Amino acid sequence: MADTTIIAGDTPVPARRRKVVSRRRRKVQDALIAYSFIAPNFLGFAVFTLGPILFAFVLAFMHWDGSNDMTFAGLDNFWRLFEDKAFKDAFWNTIIYTVVSVPATLACALGLAILLNQKILGRDFFRTAMFFPYVASLVAVAVVWNMIFNPEMGPVNMILYTLGLDPKNMPGWAADRHWAMVTVILFGVWKSMGYFMVIYLAGLQGINSELYEAADLDGANAWQKFLYVTVPQLGPTTFFVTVMLTIQSFKVFDQIYMITQGGPGTSTLVLVYHIYNEAFISWDLGYSSMIALVLFFLVLAVTIVQFRRQKED
Amino acid sequence: MRIAGQKLTGKLAAIYATVILITIVMLLPFAWMLSASLKLSSEVFVFPIEWIPSNPQWSNYVDIWTKIPLALFIYNTSKLTIIVTLLQLFTSSFAAYAFAKLHFPYKNALFLGYIATIAMPWQVYMVPQFLLMREFGLNNTHLALICLQAFTAFGVFLMRQFYMSIPTELCEAARIDGMNEYQIWAKIMLPLSKPALSTLTIFTFVTTWNDFLGPMIYLTKTELKTIQIGLRMFISQYSAEYGLIMAASVVALIPVLIVFLSLQRFFVEGVASSGIKG
Repeated sequence: MADTTIIAGDTPVPARRRKVVSRRRRKVQDALIAYSFIAPNFLGFAVFTLGPILFAFVLAFMHWDGSNDMTFAGLDNFWRLFEDKAFKDAFWNTIIYTVVSVPATLACALGLAILLNQKILGRDFFRTAMFFPYVASLVAVAVVWNMIFNPEMGPVNMILYTLGLDPKNMPGWAADRHWAMVTVILFGVWKSMGYFMVIYLAGLQGINSELYEAADLDGANAWQKFLYVTVPQLGPTTFFVTVMLTIQSFKVFDQIYMITQGGPGTSTLVLVYHIYNEAFISWDLGYSSMIALVLFFLVLAVTIVQFRRQKED
Repeated sequence: MRIAGQKLTGKLAAIYATVILITIVMLLPFAWMLSASLKLSSEVFVFPIEWIPSNPQWSNYVDIWTKIPLALFIYNTSKLTIIVTLLQLFTSSFAAYAFAKLHFPYKNALFLGYIATIAMPWQVYMVPQFLLMREFGLNNTHLALICLQAFTAFGVFLMRQFYMSIPTELCEAARIDGMNEYQIWAKIMLPLSKPALSTLTIFTFVTTWNDFLGPMIYLTKTELKTIQIGLRMFISQYSAEYGLIMAASVVALIPVLIVFLSLQRFFVEGVASSGIKG
């Protein structure tokens, strides 16, 4: 503000002007220094993330097989979504996966966190053990999972058999269209509950212990303390975990690729799997981008809910 | 009887029993993997399970190195992981310093660009990104994977959140002492941000080491493959060689296990803090 009045002033004082010019130069220099800090990351980010995101929106309205000329498709790809049975299956399977695995993982993570928040011997070891599946290589653990749940020879069905279950009613796990989704969900819960347990542990440690003391004075039992102190106090954590889990479930792919390959039939086909198939197997790049937009809007909806909720807090 | 200074009551005993039981279930797949890696393929599915093989096949751990180029896969993965992690640490902490402590035009707009993509799954734009890389001639190169993993919004966000908690007076004092911004970043911010740097290191290391879809899309030449897709190739080629598959899986797990155990104290803290702030 001061700059403009001086520059436009009727009696400019040379000394002051020099000061102003140097202040401006200083400002530009500061900005350049700041940009030099950002540049290495931002250039990479802009080229390899922002650019492709914008391109995805364009591609969704195009026909392209990656080698011939790209042609404008209008809403063709959009209307195709409604005729594509595989898309419909993939969409609903993604929703089912999310609706089952999110509460299951959340409940397990909370239960574990409460158990391992107690003062018990070897607590750090137990926490580490619960967390390990999360960092373990997916390919390695998925192949073990397939062997353990092998319908003919795997130990899980062997144990069920020893317990007296009729071999005819034995679940076929990954090979059975009724059980394939269950197998994949079990795997997902097992793999990621340790991670969310850690987030819950941090939440639990943030609860003021006076609240529990007050509840004790009121004669509350353990269950009542859980229900009326722990659960409400963990509200923000639970909300955060729910959002993270939901987004993670929407984009599930690796474990399904390794355990069921989307099958049997389309019983475990999910959105990302369909995107992958349409892009890298059929080379229908426009249509695969349209499916990617569906995924985008699902995630956007969850993010908006999160944003609103954070504003309220 | 007392455990950890507490009287062993019925409740405490129940807690121990539950915790131990859950831990066993969580670790059982790993125990099975280890046990099966020392068996003949014909013995793997023998029931009841013989947890400690009576006739351990140590040769499984020798054979895997010649059946597939496992050493090369490990070398490729290590190379990628180390380069990506270093680039990620450098560029993220560098950019985060400007976002946290400097003033410049369009700061908020630029930061919003990062925030807007932080929740965006990579799967949404993996196809256009692949086409772009192909245009650059980076298909079937390690450089493609480095480019797509080294510049994340998450890294900048995590470091920026941490730098925000460092008092600005420290930077101002350093400026009065005649330090320039680069020196402040190198000599003051970096040493103070060890917890955040460790967290980012572990996250990046684990994600890059375990990444599957990225290498699967970009790397089709065997000599470029990473351990994850190499292992996957091995599994489809020798699907009945259970013992060998398990031995290769154990080998693939070891580096992550080492990094995880040596840095797990930071990791747990990091997950907790980045989780709550994120």
